[in-house]
Amino acid sequence: MSLSALRVAIIVFPGSNCDRDMMVAIERLAGRRPALVWHKETSLDPVDLAIIPGGFSYGDYLRCGALAARSPIMEAVLDHAARGGAVMGICNGFQVLLEAGLLPGVLVENAGLKYVCRNTCIEVVGGTDSPFTAGLAPGHRMIIPVAHNEGNYFAGDEDLQRLEDNGQIAFRYVDSDIVGPANPNGAARDIAGIVSANGRVMGMMPHPERAISAELGSADGATMLTASLEALIS
Amino acid sequence: MSDIMTAPHQDPAMTFENAASMGLSREEWDLILTRLGRTPNLCELGIFSAMWSEHCSYKSSKKWLKTLPTEGPQVIQGPGENAGAVDIGDGLAAIFKIESHNHPSFIEPYQGAATGVGGILRDVFTMGARPVALLNALRFGAADHEKTRHLLSGVVSGIGGYGNCIGIPTIGGEVNFDASYNGNILVNAMAIGLANSDRIFRSAATGPGNPVIYVGAKTGRDGIHGATMASAEFSDETESKRPTVQVGDPFTGKLLMEACLELMASDSVLAIQDMGAAGLTSSSVEMASKGGLGMEMDLDLVPAREDGMSAYELMLSESQERMLMVLKPDATDTARQIFEKWDLDFMPIGKVTETGRLVLLKDGDVACDIPLAPLVDDAPEYDRPQAEMAKRPTLASADITDGRPVTEVLAELLGSVDLASRRWIYEQYDSQVMADTIAPPGGDAGLVRIHGSRRGLAASTDCTPRYVEADPRTGGAQAVAESWRNLSAIGARGLAITNNLNFGNPERPEILTQMAQSVLGMGDAARALDTPVVSGNVSLYNETDGSAILPCPVIGMVGTIEDIGAAVGMAPTAGMALVVIGQTAETDDGWLGVSLYARNLAGSPDAAPPPVDLQAERRNGLFVQQQIADGLITAAHDISDGGLAVAVAEMCIAGRIGAQVALPDGGNRHGWAFGEDQARYIVATSDAGALLAEAKAAGVPAAAIGSTRDAGELQFGDENAISLEDLSNLVEATIPALMSGG
Repeated sequence: MSLSALRVAIIVFPGSNCDRDMMVAIERLAGRRPALVWHKETSLDPVDLAIIPGGFSYGDYLRCGALAARSPIMEAVLDHAARGGAVMGICNGFQVLLEAGLLPGVLVENAGLKYVCRNTCIEVVGGTDSPFTAGLAPGHRMIIPVAHNEGNYFAGDEDLQRLEDNGQIAFRYVDSDIVGPANPNGAARDIAGIVSANGRVMGMMPHPERAISAELGSADGATMLTASLEALIS
Repeated sequence: MSDIMTAPHQDPAMTFENAASMGLSREEWDLILTRLGRTPNLCELGIFSAMWSEHCSYKSSKKWLKTLPTEGPQVIQGPGENAGAVDIGDGLAAIFKIESHNHPSFIEPYQGAATGVGGILRDVFTMGARPVALLNALRFGAADHEKTRHLLSGVVSGIGGYGNCIGIPTIGGEVNFDASYNGNILVNAMAIGLANSDRIFRSAATGPGNPVIYVGAKTGRDGIHGATMASAEFSDETESKRPTVQVGDPFTGKLLMEACLELMASDSVLAIQDMGAAGLTSSSVEMASKGGLGMEMDLDLVPAREDGMSAYELMLSESQERMLMVLKPDATDTARQIFEKWDLDFMPIGKVTETGRLVLLKDGDVACDIPLAPLVDDAPEYDRPQAEMAKRPTLASADITDGRPVTEVLAELLGSVDLASRRWIYEQYDSQVMADTIAPPGGDAGLVRIHGSRRGLAASTDCTPRYVEADPRTGGAQAVAESWRNLSAIGARGLAITNNLNFGNPERPEILTQMAQSVLGMGDAARALDTPVVSGNVSLYNETDGSAILPCPVIGMVGTIEDIGAAVGMAPTAGMALVVIGQTAETDDGWLGVSLYARNLAGSPDAAPPPVDLQAERRNGLFVQQQIADGLITAAHDISDGGLAVAVAEMCIAGRIGAQVALPDGGNRHGWAFGEDQARYIVATSDAGALLAEAKAAGVPAAAIGSTRDAGELQFGDENAISLEDLSNLVEATIPALMSGG
């Protein structure tokens, strides 16, 4: 089946600012423009993938993602996930998925106590059973930028070990010749992205939608997104 | 109600003492009495004071600003609107402006810088443009000054705090340090937006009876009389002005931007003006006066954050994220729905009138009733005296140079705070949101793709204050030339400029000379390079306890490149020839007067700065642009602070590649390596012969000076080589060490 058959929705909160970028990326890769769904909506048409984009939903007031996780549309996203629907959260979207309880752990302020925007090198972790990693070889490395102030993934040791054992760690920061430490934010076990126990919900801090052509500095985000879309259609 | 002959009775009548406390002179006070034919009340006086402040009236700079070229086939909108607009082809306009937030940023660095970014973004989207890029130009005090770390840290996080949240990439800027900014930092923010060239919105009110609408955030007591504060010198008492600093809310800014752009896509808006400096005062006065009309507003209808705000407070508040609009009468409902969708206040507060007066109602009474013409047309314009400046001598290189190896001096310069990597700063800015950034900060110019096309929009901000101080006219021209070079070095052609004139107290003749002469120099360069001035901002009185800053007339240049795929960066690959454009093979010395070398290593001897040959700048720049487009140049870097050796080293560091550079026989090695002669570039090419032949044909001086090589070392002549890793560590370590207190 062609990728253009895939139904993708991007949830837009007040303060989302990567919604257009993700829409452009998915449209280019899949050949079909995703639906943009406003946060005040209470239902979600049947979709194959719901994406929570990056940005500063509700101005990051209270805690990053906390208010968005309680907005009307999230009931519908939770129902979609409960039915085994695929959900991807990028950056602030990852924070929203944690606040909504779809993924375990928290994202706290970067270890450097500063916002950080730069390229990172992330590696696909083996043993993950998820459409978001299925098309990528374990150990495959990708250059994808981060841009966040709260991307420092944290969970208790037992929870981290459970993530490891269950194959829920999807992407890790790894050393490369990029200037600066491999791990840009101090995340536990160099975690850049994780998946839910059933592999259908994925959150990651790096922005694949910003790395969709060599002219933008890297096309590895296109590789990653295309692999996910192909896994979801098959 | 326009025949009231006594002051509206709500407020006590004012005296000259009240006027003086708001920064007005005796002459200005007398002029107000004459024009009104009576004594103003507090609200009215506040309005006069704000409109006649240096910040709003340009009373000391207007005479000189009028000399700048502001027209050209590319200009759609020159100075006088919220921002300038130039035609960039394909039915699109680039809309841009730079603006200072110096005083607030010194008092409250995070909020001062954040609201500087918010304000300049509003100026751009008010015109109907979606902002696509931010830049800035920052000046801090000496690196070891006790306040520098705190101010730098706060300003950078404030700029990031606003730009990152609202989701506009910061693609460039400049940051420099000098003790003259110890008590008065400079924070200039620039924004660029894109609009359809036939859908540009302006501020002139039209149609008496049409509704005047207030939208955005509520009005509070923050920033009251900020425009007047920005027009006064600093003193020890400035700290007590903290409450006059505005507080920014980028989240509301984002909602306001989306709501305004959504509304502007419909056919509803007749005129729109953001509430920036002097808030509701300047927005209403400018809209009404530009339309040759009047305005009446009921201040009780203004959405207020606090109870009991007076007319004076409501009119002078500089609360952020607010706009004033005149709508088509039948469009009010459509507009209201859009603002309600975005959870923003939307309130009709008045109407356009034919009276030529500003009439304000409060608590059922007339709180203000003044004619608009004097506020705008009679705003004072001063022809202040200049001082004679002695011409500075030309410095001989031998007077300040010694026989140390080039790499030893190079290491010293590159490790200084002046040339160190700005990575610590720009990594705090989201440079990639909107997914169109081709050249992020760290290179000569920033470059974003024009969304959905192959074309690119390039921009750079520049000024070398020490040149301006030494010779204002040359320094003013140099700032434009350096911006032009920065764009040329990535392959882009400069189209137009915006300027931010940061100077001390213009009532002092030597300061006025700096401003007047540098503006003349800027005009010379703008004419020679076909880059007219389309917008700008003036920030005077940048002094603390009588001590002025180094003059800093910042240029922000915007240009285009036809194919982003042809743009180059400064990183060469191995096996490339390095060619200097703009000087000959016979050159064996350079201009060290007022160079970074002279400042940092020789105690800044009295000297003239490098001359600026504008015809050479134009010719060499056009040549570099063409050779980049043709693919003969694969990497390029403009030669500026630190000269040729620094430019080569920066290219090597960027490309993680070594180089061998030949030194001239005889002459002055340090002059040749560190001289700051203008109109020059270092470029990398795989075919030096072809490039030199093209240069010769174009009448452009050029010389092959070396080549890149795989070995990780940079070597000049037969001197000791320096490891690239050492150089790289040196430039990367300085700012982080400064910021960690090391």
